[in-house]
Amino acid sequence: MAAPVQIAVRRLFNDVGPVDYVGLEERVAKFGTRSLKKNAKRFGLKLAVSMIDLTTLEGKDTRRKVEALCQKARQPHDDLGTLAVAAVCVYPAMVPHARRALGPHSAVRIASVATAFPSGQTALKTRLAEVKWAVAEGADEIDMVINRGAFLAGEFSSVQDEIAAVRATCGAATLKVILEVSELETYDNIRAASFLAMRVLRPGDFIKTSTGKTTLNATLGNNQVMLEAIRDYYLETGVPIAMKPAGGIRTAKQALTFLVAVKETLGDAWLNNTRYRFGASALLNDLLRQLEKEKTGAYPAPYYFSEATESY
Amino acid sequence: MTRLPITKTPKVYVGGAFIRSESARTFPLRDAAGNFVANIPQCSRKDLRNAVEAAAKAGPGWAKRTAYNRGQIIYRLGEMVEARRTELAAALRLGGATATAATKEVSATVDRLIYYAGWADKYEQVLGSVNPVAAPYFNFTVSEPMGIIGLLAPPEAPLLALISLLAPAITSGNTVVALASSAQPYPAIILGEMLATSDLPSGVVNLLTGLRAELIPTFATHAHFRALGGVANKAEQTALKLGAAESVKRVKLFAAEAPINWFSSEQQSVDALRAYLEFKTVWHPIGA
Repeated sequence: MAAPVQIAVRRLFNDVGPVDYVGLEERVAKFGTRSLKKNAKRFGLKLAVSMIDLTTLEGKDTRRKVEALCQKARQPHDDLGTLAVAAVCVYPAMVPHARRALGPHSAVRIASVATAFPSGQTALKTRLAEVKWAVAEGADEIDMVINRGAFLAGEFSSVQDEIAAVRATCGAATLKVILEVSELETYDNIRAASFLAMRVLRPGDFIKTSTGKTTLNATLGNNQVMLEAIRDYYLETGVPIAMKPAGGIRTAKQALTFLVAVKETLGDAWLNNTRYRFGASALLNDLLRQLEKEKTGAYPAPYYFSEATESY
Repeated sequence: MTRLPITKTPKVYVGGAFIRSESARTFPLRDAAGNFVANIPQCSRKDLRNAVEAAAKAGPGWAKRTAYNRGQIIYRLGEMVEARRTELAAALRLGGATATAATKEVSATVDRLIYYAGWADKYEQVLGSVNPVAAPYFNFTVSEPMGIIGLLAPPEAPLLALISLLAPAITSGNTVVALASSAQPYPAIILGEMLATSDLPSGVVNLLTGLRAELIPTFATHAHFRALGGVANKAEQTALKLGAAESVKRVKLFAAEAPINWFSSEQQSVDALRAYLEFKTVWHPIGA
């Protein structure tokens, strides 16, 4: 049993090539040094808002909370003109409520995590049924988790088959494949998993860093590994795969740095919300705060924005 | 063999860390005779913004501490200053103070800290009240800290004035972002090192150095400041009040034109505590 697994591992890793860890860390350290001011900053901030998957994934989510989230997604702020986020991201049980709140033809899309998020540890049949149900209830996008246990055990074809099965079940819905990078442990593994997923995805489907439920989430480093995988795959096959970092991106400054990475790795074609998204909740308020500051010249207090519960 | 001189790089104390300005700018500090001493960080608007974020993060925890505990910590700060008297006196002498004057100022600074440490668990009894009402209710007035206070220190008595301004603000649970005097920044740099060892949680006091003209507009307009205090000249006061009106913050400024005797006992009072408190009046039914 051990021998075929080792061969599969070696074949995949030889095929996709290794990641230069030191070179990559050095490269991403430079992204934060770009000076974005005035118009470029405003452009970046607005772009980042339009790329947000406004997320609530908590056990205590209620219908009302999801409705409020949808309202905020449609109109994040009163003073900043027509600005909307890309999507709301909720648990499957909340999809019907989100659909009712947003209406049948809303520009803001509904993404739903499915496949026993965040662990993915149930039978494939159950996971597929969950995807099917979420799509039937009105989800435009499905965020699935890969089977990390199988990946780490070297059972790549079973990981890939499961992704293909979920993709088929999605129908017209966009699929986002969560690699859960913190559990993959090395950059080489992240790159290999990216390729594994991309090879069965359709153009416009996403690969996504993390669930946001573990300690380590999206970082510039693992974002860069995945962006470069997308670039290499695109140059090889011509299939454009989209990218979504999720979790841990809380400030406008961070978001702008991620956009610099996208611009300098994949180019302008990826600088829109069909090719790049942020999975975030706190980020939106900070972006709005910076936009408001750009507009008025004065820093607003965080409690001027909804959902900032701290009152100090 | 002669030793190479090891000189200190002055850094400002923000969010519990010693930092340079994010802008990497500095301005030269000269002693009273005009000789170069060190490069002082010239903090930018962005540094000020970051300091406010640090103060905001520290605020709820600091306000939630018991008054008794805040008193203990401010007393401890007094102890730390006392233990490093000579260093502070040297910093003051750098700015031209005589040995006697410097020692006197350090002593007054320690005394002022001890004074407010004593007030920490007593001002509520003096400023709060049970109000008489003609109905079966208790009616209480209690105080609450305002939040983040911006302070502008004067060049006269650079250490004592700074402490006289910030001690009452933090005693009642506010957090502070203070701009040290541009002409006399060095005592504030040394004070930061004492704050760091005084049990005061990170971010409760944030000390910046830099140019007033550059930072005053941001002090004025940053909406997260709930109050502004310190010393400012007429033009600065106008700018601060205009900005404060826009974001509805309290302004309590001394005129820079009139001399202030920071040693005077008038500069320490429960009124200074009241300046940065909000009062809340609560009705409570009797017997319920």
